[in-house]
Amino acid sequence: MYVFYAIISLTVLGLVLGLLLGIAAKYLKVESSPLVDALEALLPGSQCGQCGFPGCRPAAEALADGLAPATMCPPGGSALAEQIAALLGVELDLTSLKEPELLVAKVSEATCTGCTRCFKVCPTDAIVGAPKQIHAVVADACIGCKKCVEVCPTECLQMHPIEVTLRNWRWSKPLLTTTGKALC
Amino acid sequence: MLSFFSSFTQSRLRGGVHPEAHKRATALQPINTDFPLPARLYIPLQQHVGKPAEPLIRVGEIVLKGQLLAYSQGLISAPVHAPSSGIIVDVNDYPAPHPSALPIRMIVLETDGKDEWLSHTPIPDPFQLTPEDISLRVGAAGIVGLGGATFPTAVKLTMGRENRIDTLIINGAECEPYLSCDDRQMQERSAEIIDGVRLMLHGMAANLAFIAIEDNKPQAFLAMQAAAHAYSGITVLHIPTRYPMGWDRQLIRYVTGREVPAGCRSSEVGVTIHNVGTAYATHKAIRYGQPLVSRVLTVAGGAVARPMTVEVPLGTLIAEVFAFCEVDSTRTARIIMGGPMMGEALPHTGLPTVKATSGLLALTQDELKQTEAQPCIRCASCVSVCPVGLRPLDMANTIRAKQLEAAVELGLKECISCGCCSYICPSNIPLVQYFKYASGELVAQQQAQHKSEQTKKLMASRTARLERIAQQQLEEERARIAAKIERERLKATQETVE
Repeated sequence: MYVFYAIISLTVLGLVLGLLLGIAAKYLKVESSPLVDALEALLPGSQCGQCGFPGCRPAAEALADGLAPATMCPPGGSALAEQIAALLGVELDLTSLKEPELLVAKVSEATCTGCTRCFKVCPTDAIVGAPKQIHAVVADACIGCKKCVEVCPTECLQMHPIEVTLRNWRWSKPLLTTTGKALC
Repeated sequence: MLSFFSSFTQSRLRGGVHPEAHKRATALQPINTDFPLPARLYIPLQQHVGKPAEPLIRVGEIVLKGQLLAYSQGLISAPVHAPSSGIIVDVNDYPAPHPSALPIRMIVLETDGKDEWLSHTPIPDPFQLTPEDISLRVGAAGIVGLGGATFPTAVKLTMGRENRIDTLIINGAECEPYLSCDDRQMQERSAEIIDGVRLMLHGMAANLAFIAIEDNKPQAFLAMQAAAHAYSGITVLHIPTRYPMGWDRQLIRYVTGREVPAGCRSSEVGVTIHNVGTAYATHKAIRYGQPLVSRVLTVAGGAVARPMTVEVPLGTLIAEVFAFCEVDSTRTARIIMGGPMMGEALPHTGLPTVKATSGLLALTQDELKQTEAQPCIRCASCVSVCPVGLRPLDMANTIRAKQLEAAVELGLKECISCGCCSYICPSNIPLVQYFKYASGELVAQQQAQHKSEQTKKLMASRTARLERIAQQQLEEERARIAAKIERERLKATQETVE
């Protein structure tokens, strides 16, 4: 009989607390800043941590508070910096910004043991493979977050610059005169 | 009266420059068809706008001239055929005829010297074919716009039928200096070109064609007029000599008086433009079943001892063409594929000629423009010569300050890279180079944007998958626990029964 008392009292307790928590979640909800939401939507969302913040949400909060420059996201490059600056309404000096060298991971087939650790951490599923099979990186999906490099036990995953092909080859900017004077 | 007409024609022309023609050396010589067959041909799988062709031959296979080597993939693409008979020795990456000379996939054909055609059955009366059939045959012959744009011709014919195009303009302007391949073809192959034009009209289900020839080519004009005399729907007309007269919108505006709105295609005003070389290739493909395996190109420039217009098999290395034309490599300061205004400077001669190669120039140092840039003096010459009606100096300013969006607002996307602004600039400011750089940056930004969207999708699907797996594991765990409890309960009841 005591068993039933215990069951009933605990169930009731659970239900009441659950109800209270549910009401609290609805009425005492902390509104998140719409600006932070908008910034977070712009950021890549890969939580790579290259900016020095633990993830894209904290980075967006820092941006909204003015604690980080618009050029803070290395994978986003100047294109993202321009979008962020437009959203925050700040002046952006891109002439001083050096375009970050984009890297992609590459598996060295000679030393890959097929441990599957890398593709478990890859945030974009850019690594394909199976246990005890040599893994491969899909370069088009790789965002260069280096998470796989950290977990690889044999150091077979290395970051390489993106290969220049006719698809991503571009004309370079015309050089100014040796004196560096403005031309127009 | 005369002044009224001249003002009328002036209003139909916008901008443009008069560069020195340099055509005399090649315009008076007939097309040289004695080019020796090269030992090896390097045939890129992408010689057109769109998706690269997919090879269907294997290394070691013996092929005949005109045999299909790679088939077209997707809606906008073109097949590639064997330019001569021989054996396939490699399908691999080789340097492309592009300023970067980066590798692209090519088929390497070792010729056997016989130059043996694949047997074709000529069609007695191609005008009995349906327009759809004409498009299909033109597409299967790998014909692309031979003026240099290399857009698949069959797609244009089909679009012409679907968009109710009423006017076909054949571009015989050849406004680029040095080049005279279209001029020579119009003089020597006028009957074939007119036949090709009639076939194109049939393929587009249209009946009005204008052949526009710049008035510095009187011989070509007379020849074409004589050939077109019998056909009432085909009019040969003179257009003023001015670069870039061969730009499609300039031609349309001059010939039909219609203005193509910014951001639209010429088909939206009911006009399609084809090059004279394309018309000739169409004639060959439909009448004789011969695919596009060679092209006529002009070899000229100060370093060329025997400048000429010559027909070469596609895939011939530039070095071999230059050897035939006796190019002095020590005096060559710049190698250009195409014309000097819009052509592309190539780093070396170990690159193949392709369907787009209308000319090969070996220019000496004297022929190049001095490139030491000076400050802008705000003369607005670039504004007055821009055929699109843009303000090149302002665009260059914004691009220099990395304000691409401002440049786009000024009309960067409408720039056709004709180079008139750079040509006319008294301060030698590399204006068109800025626009080419900025256009590339715009594409790069688009690609980056696309990648970041793609990344978000990938991450979302990964998160969803991980959640699904976790949920599944949880359910399995629950089921296991439930089964265990059930087993224990059964055991207990059995024990109590006992």
